[in-house]
Amino acid sequence: MTLLDRLAHIDRRWIFLAMGILVLIPLLFPLALPIFAGKPVRDFNAAMETIPAGSTVLMPCDYDPGAIPELVPMTKTALRQLWDKNCKVVIPVLWPGGPGLVDRVVREVAAEPRYASKRYGVDWVNLGYKAGNEAVMVLMGQGVANAFPTDFRGTPTRGMPIMAKVRDYSSFPMLVNISAGYPGTKEWVQQVQARFHIPMVAGVTAVSAPEFYPYLQSKQLLGLLGGMAGAAEYEKIRNEKGTATSGMDAQSLAHLFVALCIVLGNVVMRRRVGGSAS
Amino acid sequence: MKREIPLLLTGALGLLMILSFFVPHQWISVPADFMQASAIVLVAFGYVLGGANVLRVNFSAIIKQKSGWPYNLVLVLGLIATLAIGAVDGCANRGGFLNEGTTSKWIYDQLYSPMASTMFALLAFYIASAAFRAFRIRTFEAGLLAVAALIVMLGRVPLTNALTTWAPEWMRLQAWQEWIMDVPQNAAKRAILIGAALGVMATGLRVILGIERTYLGAEE
Repeated sequence: MTLLDRLAHIDRRWIFLAMGILVLIPLLFPLALPIFAGKPVRDFNAAMETIPAGSTVLMPCDYDPGAIPELVPMTKTALRQLWDKNCKVVIPVLWPGGPGLVDRVVREVAAEPRYASKRYGVDWVNLGYKAGNEAVMVLMGQGVANAFPTDFRGTPTRGMPIMAKVRDYSSFPMLVNISAGYPGTKEWVQQVQARFHIPMVAGVTAVSAPEFYPYLQSKQLLGLLGGMAGAAEYEKIRNEKGTATSGMDAQSLAHLFVALCIVLGNVVMRRRVGGSAS
Repeated sequence: MKREIPLLLTGALGLLMILSFFVPHQWISVPADFMQASAIVLVAFGYVLGGANVLRVNFSAIIKQKSGWPYNLVLVLGLIATLAIGAVDGCANRGGFLNEGTTSKWIYDQLYSPMASTMFALLAFYIASAAFRAFRIRTFEAGLLAVAALIVMLGRVPLTNALTTWAPEWMRLQAWQEWIMDVPQNAAKRAILIGAALGVMATGLRVILGIERTYLGAEE
């Protein structure tokens, strides 16, 4: 049996094992590969810098634990950038599995020494989940407190200091959306950005990023973070060394391995087809 | 009348919602806003119906002892237990069923979160296996697609970019990747989005005009 025959009949568990090892090694022994930020990421950072210091920003976090490696790092970095400008952050979540995770992520950042002064209800609020997808987005246009009369712990939002100056979308200088799919960036663009003309940037999963390039080109999105690569480039710009930066080493080898699998699979197929034809 | 009244309601309310985009008068905007707020209530009822349907399908599988019925049993028990614990925690904490120290929070952190992350992480393994077996280049177009996919995949990661730092900027994989995303990908995606939007508009008009009636359970 030749090597090609062996490859043609390879047990998929060997491929799983190779992938597992390739992901594990760089996590244990980081390669510290250089990261270069692309234009969508630089634009994201630049748009965030234009937000007036001390203003209140709407930051919907529409994801659940499945998207932790890609979206949590960009959520943390965006939050740090906003809090460094002393901005306040209002966070609705349109994914039912999201509020608990988002709460944990924000509290992790708030627990960092330089943000020790940040207080829940004053510097940020987690409005939690509300069913209705696009209908909730439209309802928020009639009043954020109308759409979310209580936060995700059941506390009335109207009495919170952070909500004192928040009426509708006109209260926010920027919409920063971090999303893993539906409902998410596409719906925020279509239902809110296009209708209320609020400047918007987004961080999304790698698999959904191509969908948003038309919005980026039309300036409906002022910047875009795509997947873990986008998160790592954003960390690079912000001089942070978060989990996205360390994860890029593993992702590099994983991408290389998948590319190798595609090439090798086709070589094997061509040789077998050629062999059977002759 | 069983068909005419729903058709009339659909047409009238559809027109109202379209008018609300163009007529900034409270006679239009107030009822339109009310309709949109009502949609949230309908979605909430959808969750109840969805939950009831999950129970119905799984109970049926358990009673008939279909293949893999123990998994159905685990699902049903998990669903009922989570729902009951959440309700008890929610009542005790005035809606804060995810407050620190609650059992719901423990379920979320220790069961739901790791399981959801695991499902997503498994994709890496299946993608590698599928790439080896299923990404077959049979035609010229498939070859183009594969080459573009390889450039984008490799151009997105630091390893290949680090290997091409010696080259002029336009020759680096990252530059090629950005061009593919900005130009051919963008053009195709824009065409798909515009086509889908036109389809949605056409379907909406068919519903409002009563031509499309499948939502009534009819054949046509």
